[in-house]
Amino acid sequence: MSVNWRNVSLFGLVGALILGSGFLQSWNVALVLLNMGLVSAIMSLGVNMQWGYAGLFNVGIMGFVALGGLAPVLVSMPPVGEAWAAGGVRAIGALIFAALVLIGAVQIWKRMAKGMARSLAMLVLLVAGFFIFRAIFDPAVDAIESVNPAGTGYLGGLGLPILLAWPVGGLLAAGAAWAIGKTALGLRSDYLAIATLGIAEIIIAVMKNEDWLARGVKNVVGLPRPVPYEVDLQNSASFVARMDAWGFDPVTSSSVVVKLGYAGLFAVVLLILIWMSQAALHSPWGRMMRAIRDNEVAAEAMGKDVTRRHLQVFILGSAVVGIAGAMMTTLDGQLTPGTYQPLRFTFLVWVMVIVGGSGNNWGAVLGGFLIWFFWVQVEPISHWLMGLVTSGMADGSAIKAHLLESTAHMRLLTMGVILLLVLRFSPRGLIPEE
Amino acid sequence: MELLNAIVAMSNYVLIPAIAYGSQLALGALGVTLVYGILRFSNFAHGDTMAFGAMVTILITWWFQSMGLSLGPLPTALLALPFGIVITALMMLATDRVVYRFYRRVKAKPIIFVMVSIGLMFILNGVVRFIVGPGEQFFADGERFIISARDFKDWTGLEEGLAFRTSQGITIVTAVIVVAALFWFLNRTRTGKSMRAFSDNEDLALLSGINPERVVMYTWLIVAALATIAGVLYGLDKTFKPFTYFQLLLPIFASAIVGGLGNPLGAIAGGFVIAFSEVTVTYAWKKVLGYLLPESLEPSGLVQLMSTDYKFAVSFAILVVVLLFKPTGLFKGKSV
Amino acid sequence: MSNRFDQPGYNRDASIVNPKGQGEMTPGPQHGKARPAPGGPFLIGEAMTGGYGKGPDILHDCTISVDRGEIAVIVGPNGAGKSTAMKALFGMLNVRSGSVRLDGEDISDLSPQDRVQKGMGFVPQTNNIFTSMTVEENLEMGAFIRKDDISGTMEQVFELFPILKDKRDQAAGELSGGQRQQVAVGRALMTKPKVLMLDEPTAGVSPIVMDELFDRIIEVARTGLPVLMVEQNARQALAIADKGFVLVQGQNAHTGTGSELLADPEVRASFLGG
Repeated sequence: MSVNWRNVSLFGLVGALILGSGFLQSWNVALVLLNMGLVSAIMSLGVNMQWGYAGLFNVGIMGFVALGGLAPVLVSMPPVGEAWAAGGVRAIGALIFAALVLIGAVQIWKRMAKGMARSLAMLVLLVAGFFIFRAIFDPAVDAIESVNPAGTGYLGGLGLPILLAWPVGGLLAAGAAWAIGKTALGLRSDYLAIATLGIAEIIIAVMKNEDWLARGVKNVVGLPRPVPYEVDLQNSASFVARMDAWGFDPVTSSSVVVKLGYAGLFAVVLLILIWMSQAALHSPWGRMMRAIRDNEVAAEAMGKDVTRRHLQVFILGSAVVGIAGAMMTTLDGQLTPGTYQPLRFTFLVWVMVIVGGSGNNWGAVLGGFLIWFFWVQVEPISHWLMGLVTSGMADGSAIKAHLLESTAHMRLLTMGVILLLVLRFSPRGLIPEE
Repeated sequence: MELLNAIVAMSNYVLIPAIAYGSQLALGALGVTLVYGILRFSNFAHGDTMAFGAMVTILITWWFQSMGLSLGPLPTALLALPFGIVITALMMLATDRVVYRFYRRVKAKPIIFVMVSIGLMFILNGVVRFIVGPGEQFFADGERFIISARDFKDWTGLEEGLAFRTSQGITIVTAVIVVAALFWFLNRTRTGKSMRAFSDNEDLALLSGINPERVVMYTWLIVAALATIAGVLYGLDKTFKPFTYFQLLLPIFASAIVGGLGNPLGAIAGGFVIAFSEVTVTYAWKKVLGYLLPESLEPSGLVQLMSTDYKFAVSFAILVVVLLFKPTGLFKGKSV
Repeated sequence: MSNRFDQPGYNRDASIVNPKGQGEMTPGPQHGKARPAPGGPFLIGEAMTGGYGKGPDILHDCTISVDRGEIAVIVGPNGAGKSTAMKALFGMLNVRSGSVRLDGEDISDLSPQDRVQKGMGFVPQTNNIFTSMTVEENLEMGAFIRKDDISGTMEQVFELFPILKDKRDQAAGELSGGQRQQVAVGRALMTKPKVLMLDEPTAGVSPIVMDELFDRIIEVARTGLPVLMVEQNARQALAIADKGFVLVQGQNAHTGTGSELLADPEVRASFLGG
């Protein structure tokens, strides 16, 4: 295999940018860039599977990130026994009941003969089911949420190690993807874009409002960590002694070491996923995927089940995004449903994929790092630029104040400009598909 | 009496707000559906175009207000609206020249246009936040109510009040005028027909001597006007906040798709279907039922089917149901 | 632009893209002006050699012509380049050598749109009507380039195709196959063309409808309008043709009057099935 120096140097450039931030700003900033860069690269990898391998346009990435993000809470937080006793069983029972009603409705639709009777039966079942569900569910939720609302007010998790939450996040996202794909990809001409756009908003709405599940907008903080706490390191005599021996400040180095720990874990996940996606891409399955993408009609004529393949790749890609979402929540140490916004978690990931190079896994990874770097650094850069522009203006002038204040919004503008420039001058991305 | 009270309460909390919201959605969906029908892609920048148009109108409104210009009982924004439309239209034409035209020249596939529109969405979003900031802006002035709840109670002697806000009245009247004008234009004028012809069959339109660039230009002009009007009406009726406009994208797309993408009549129907279902499902019916039912049966809860936070879920559920049974939307759309 | 997304079927998501009615026409590279070139037949593509874009040559030294009041037909086996020859006349081909002249002007360098302006009425084989528009609107759109009163021409079209008058307010897409072809021809006539070019006008219509259409086409030609058409039904087409061009592999194999060709034993044996 020949080394593609252009691609290597592109990755070198990203490395240099991050290292540069380390020298110019601080190593903590550089490591934050690196860690979220790794997470972004994984998200971008997942979307690239859907778009680059199969041409599926997913505009609900945010929803899968958020579902993945829910996993650490459900897996690793200690269960709230009191809440379970107050209404946990009833709430879960109500949800199971709702699922049964839905299954029943689908069965009625499938089994009964077409006609008024069928529609009526389904309607009656659904309406009655809805009110019975609400009658069981609402009091249960009230009971759960009234258990120490300031501290818990939710069911809690399973109290398992948080690393387990990463695959679980992937599974949650995969489950949602299955449901969406089954509905949207089955329609005569698919409506995946609008379906994902809608579901993503619904997932966020559920996570914001169903306090019994993960405290809603009250957030779950203090998630367990897969790496040691800074304070513990600072209190550890051996750590302090070693850092002193190397001539580092123990306080700074403790946070650097913690972040390096995350970086190591994330890098392992990213490498495994890249290896798997590359292997998949070059397997017969990957070749078939691309054949379908490039000419669906011909593939269908050759007897390939296009819808089934699309569903597969949609689920796989969403699962990868879900894993990234779980990793992000783990890194943050908290779940804050209010912060999930489509521009940041759906469309920014799209920019990453397109800029990096759709259809190329390395391109997607590069795009993840690069765009994340700009997303973070545009603000300080434009602040600095605006400082230069406004340096001639009188202090306290309204325009100066407005301009300086508005630099926070420059990042959206910059992302748009980057996307348009890439689409115009390098439409296949920085590392195009081979 | 009880029945009258129930009807009044329902009009006040369900009918009037839903009609106003439906008109706003319909105007937004018309813009989306025209771009889909004629330029052949879903314009993700439409919500932010609405925000841009509304922002320009707001800035002009503030300027007029500072000069003491007003329309008396009507909001000054109506006076600023034509200027807002013109500036938004110029912005749209400039974007087309700088961005979209290149892709038409190279005959790019519609999906490229979708991605380009995402780029523009970022840019417009950034521009609007850069100019007026991400916060809420107020610009409504003039008389607040056409009928206030208290006046209504005094006139009718009913227990229940009915408030009809000026912004709601203006929304409905404007929407009717705009929709009538648009349909007249599309069905009766030569240019309008040439736009429909281009949408129907691009090659044949070329063979007939229709200039695609002119069709595209007219489309952007109309879309700019529709987006600005929808944006200003929404801002007057509710409030102006850039992020809210971005979020309108989902109900607007849902309206356009429910009605049948590419079909203007469908966009209007879709707008009202979505608005009515959102409002009915998220309204707490306790009050209305309280008037209608005998005391013994009066509901204890709010009788709200879903909390207002789930209004997106409602638009979406309607969308899924419609598509499952009518894959091209209520009115036959372009898709399939 | 070479791009993966440009592959056919890359994305079929109806909620974001609308490929329906999208242009597929690939005009040739010409974008110049017409030059005077008096003399010769009314419309002639002379010694045309060329193909689509940068692709291989499909036509080799091919000549097609038609004069006032004539019906000329292009016939030949499948893949002989019949439609390609007509598209070359209309400017949708990269004609590398040879020329196209219309009414005393050399129009080789004109784009298809400019050729429409010069008076070429072209009826494509498929997608040749605006399905969502009424019959009357279809005709109006045909006359889009005209600034004068079109009602007279529309009356003439209605006289030629009386059924269209009855269905003037009906969507063209709801009509039968034969009626659709009438709309398509009517639309092209609305420009008041100097020459009418029809690409397989009878493809997919029943024999009765085909006879009816041929009758109408003869009627059109009698008004003095030259008609050039590509036909699959060679025997019937040559029967009404004043001039016939038999193409084989992009080359003129036989040329003559319709009756000459029908009588030619070689043409009959190799091509008309005895």
